[in-house]
Amino acid sequence: MNRFAELLDRLAYEPGRNAKLRLISDYLRHTPDPDRGWALAALTGALSFKHAKGGMIRTLIAERTDPALFALSYDYVGDLSETVALMWPTPQAQRVPLPPCSGGKGLGVGGAIRSHEDRPPDPSPPFATRTGGGEQKAPTLTEVVETLSTLGKAQLPAQIARWLDALDETARWALLKLVTGGMRIGVSARLAKTAAAALGDKDPDELEVLWPGLTPPYLDLFAWLEGRGDKPSNTDPAPFHPPMLAHAIEERDFETLDARDFVAEWKWDGIRVQAVAGRDAEGHIVARLYSRTGEDISRSFPDLLESLRLPAAIDGELLIMRDSRVQSFNVLQQRLNRKAVTPKLMQEFPAHLRAYDLLAEGDHDLRGHPFEERRARLAKFVEKLDDSRIDLSPLVHFKSWPELTAARADPASAGADQDAEAVEGVMIKRRDASYVPGRPKGPWWKWKRDPMIVDAVLMYAQRGHGKRSSYYSDYTFGVWNDADQLVPVGKAYFGFTDEELLEIDRFVRRNTVDRFGPVREVTHDADKGLVLEVAFEGLQRSTRHKSGIAMRFPRINRLRWDKPPREADRLETLEKMLGKFENVRT
Amino acid sequence: MRAEDILVPTPAGVCCKRGGFTIDPTRPVEKALITHGHSDHARAGHGAVLATQETLDIMRLRYGENFAGTTQAIRYGEELKLGGVAVSFHPAGHVLGSAQIKVACEGFVIVASGDYKDVPDPTCTPFEPIQCDVFITEATFGLPVFRHHDAKGEIDKLLRSVALFPERAHLVGAYSLGKAQRIIAMLREAGHDQPVYLHGAMEKITRYYESRGIDLGQLELVRGAKKSELAGHITICPPTAMGDLWSRRFPDPVFAFASGWMRVRARARQRGVTLPLVISDHADWDGLTSTIAATGASEVWVTHGQEDALVHWCVSQGLKARPLDIVGYGDEEEHEITSDDGDVPLPPRSGGEGLGVGGSLHSREDRPPTPDPSPPLAPLVEGGEKK
Repeated sequence: MNRFAELLDRLAYEPGRNAKLRLISDYLRHTPDPDRGWALAALTGALSFKHAKGGMIRTLIAERTDPALFALSYDYVGDLSETVALMWPTPQAQRVPLPPCSGGKGLGVGGAIRSHEDRPPDPSPPFATRTGGGEQKAPTLTEVVETLSTLGKAQLPAQIARWLDALDETARWALLKLVTGGMRIGVSARLAKTAAAALGDKDPDELEVLWPGLTPPYLDLFAWLEGRGDKPSNTDPAPFHPPMLAHAIEERDFETLDARDFVAEWKWDGIRVQAVAGRDAEGHIVARLYSRTGEDISRSFPDLLESLRLPAAIDGELLIMRDSRVQSFNVLQQRLNRKAVTPKLMQEFPAHLRAYDLLAEGDHDLRGHPFEERRARLAKFVEKLDDSRIDLSPLVHFKSWPELTAARADPASAGADQDAEAVEGVMIKRRDASYVPGRPKGPWWKWKRDPMIVDAVLMYAQRGHGKRSSYYSDYTFGVWNDADQLVPVGKAYFGFTDEELLEIDRFVRRNTVDRFGPVREVTHDADKGLVLEVAFEGLQRSTRHKSGIAMRFPRINRLRWDKPPREADRLETLEKMLGKFENVRT
Repeated sequence: MRAEDILVPTPAGVCCKRGGFTIDPTRPVEKALITHGHSDHARAGHGAVLATQETLDIMRLRYGENFAGTTQAIRYGEELKLGGVAVSFHPAGHVLGSAQIKVACEGFVIVASGDYKDVPDPTCTPFEPIQCDVFITEATFGLPVFRHHDAKGEIDKLLRSVALFPERAHLVGAYSLGKAQRIIAMLREAGHDQPVYLHGAMEKITRYYESRGIDLGQLELVRGAKKSELAGHITICPPTAMGDLWSRRFPDPVFAFASGWMRVRARARQRGVTLPLVISDHADWDGLTSTIAATGASEVWVTHGQEDALVHWCVSQGLKARPLDIVGYGDEEEHEITSDDGDVPLPPRSGGEGLGVGGSLHSREDRPPTPDPSPPLAPLVEGGEKK
């Protein structure tokens, strides 16, 4: 448990992806089975324990600590698990009382400065020991996982208390994070699998394909990765297929491409998913929904799973559809943010699959066939399925690049009709392209619609993390309101070049008017300040921001050194953009 | 005899009328008794200063030869009569030369402990609890969430990270007086025999520690070192230097910070630390409470830190307790000087900060943006207010 705790602890602080991979790989390499397998399960979200909740933890600590001290501590730390982990009174922490005072009340005069060397040997150690032999033995991760999965609810509090007694501060924190299921250490399942694949120099996609067939603690997986065993076979009837991704197209690319070789379709603003159905050994249909990275998200969309009645693998976009109209990404997000999937939620936010491609039908793998042929089979398949929740993503008809340019600029007139606002650009696909996992250059291109742009004024800058920790690289910017005051409307920390980062950093350091920890407020009045051209993908109402507006995907597009702050945009401009959104939607 | 007949807490420090002195005064006084050399306790500009030899030496290093009118050194355990009171200094285990000050009068004993810790530190004389009637304690980490655990384990964590990322530099933020030298000494105890690199602001104090017989192994200055040379090595620097232009000279640095504050995640994250090391020169909660018990004091005065929780604990143990509300003690870091060119800050260059990575940048990180004129009497004392 201690090594796992140390891993979680370091991952929680480490911002760099490569460093995270190294830390996880190093742990997996040096930790024996089955502990490392359970750790991998924990990192990939494959573990969940039913009974352990915050309330139980709160009761445990209330029985052991002074309520006033707990309240002061919780207030200071701000996180329940962490507070409990830190202040848990363990038997080991009860220090042996300090030895009787050497000074005494009438201490003699004239001792020399005592260094270690001439200190008289003391029969009793001057310091109480903190780690002195507690009877409790720290549990292994395996013990914790196995016990939790078999233990009844009634015995749970006493068991957790025994473990907390036996562990140190970091391990107690890790244990509480593990049992309450709120790890939040910035590690995705994909990252953990990539680190595991690195043990055997394997492609993470290869592991992704196997993954649904694997179960913790993954003994067969580690045996294969370490060259001690055969590759585990994925007998899952509804396996994930590593997806094909597109490159962003640029102006000059068109010169080398012949429009006749390509077809185009709308790029819908939802989440890219893969819907797979197959038959198990008994002939029953097994259906799963995967995210683009291979995470099984079936549990969140039971309404859509019901529609996957025929064996096939569909690549498509998950959308929310109301009265046959595609809803905005904002609406989809409201469904994604909910933990429990209730009937009410499914009724209010009905899940829909808009199909782009067919990777397999029945037992036939179609990935080697040309796109045009797959597309024809997809059309027939969707027709046969005849389900209102699944439809075919329409093609955008064009004969030349200028025609496609026009369609992208005005999707409503080019066939997207009332769903035009849910279009975030076009996809351009070679007619003869087979389905190749990864991001091959050439067969698929994405051409996103132009972002929205405003000129905003830099108000606050915060130091970044990791490599950027000596740079002011996170920017809060604002626009003018009715009262001619700047109100913050967003935060961005990318989009600029390295040279621009240096320029902004220099500006921030020279124009600081106030400091709040790692944050600096910079000069921002009508005549003096830095105007940032901010690009973003959408707007939504927000109660968290003073301005009442939140931007989607904001980034710094350009530095407007030439523009005085008074000429930056106003809040009403953003209100109008938002209004346009809402009118179209409702 | 009442405690207040001997010592009276004032906003400027704990004052003894009979003896005519103030302990760790936060503004210039006639006669000062100084517990240790951190600049929130040891300020320049007093008439006369009584302290251990090490504390006087450290003040001289930091403030220059004329930091006080007159000085007098006192040894641990030595007793002096001042007015009608007996004064003696006893090890506090905080930094080199740190002391608790025992003030006795007609059999009534008060101990002002300054800052202290009750765990081993290879660079200073161990803390000794002193029997007393009134114990004046700090409460920097006076909340039960502050459990510093075993500092050795944190040093091991640092060394494991160096082994795992040999191509990266490891920057360890540490206060330049005490913490920096303790970290280096503990690295040596753990068997680390590679050179340790130092930020220029730490050089003088560290050399002073060495001159007092503390072996710190091979030390190198960052100034002048090549970028590639710093990979795979540990560099000790003032905490504020980590967020500074200065840190750009290091290859893909891992940011470690050795402090009791690192126990709380939000604090570590706020500072952008990627490898927090819970190593403190202050007593943690268990240390504070067991020390108070060991002194046998029936009354406790709390100078600074998380007073509320510690006062509450004392009362729950049947002790009289009160916070003193002395403005000006606290984080040593507030007073850290982070010039890489030694201990004395340079005047800011024209145009403030340059962007160059090499050379001798004067950092003004976390200070007011405009250069503040130094007060004539105490040239290097920072204002006592928290920012």
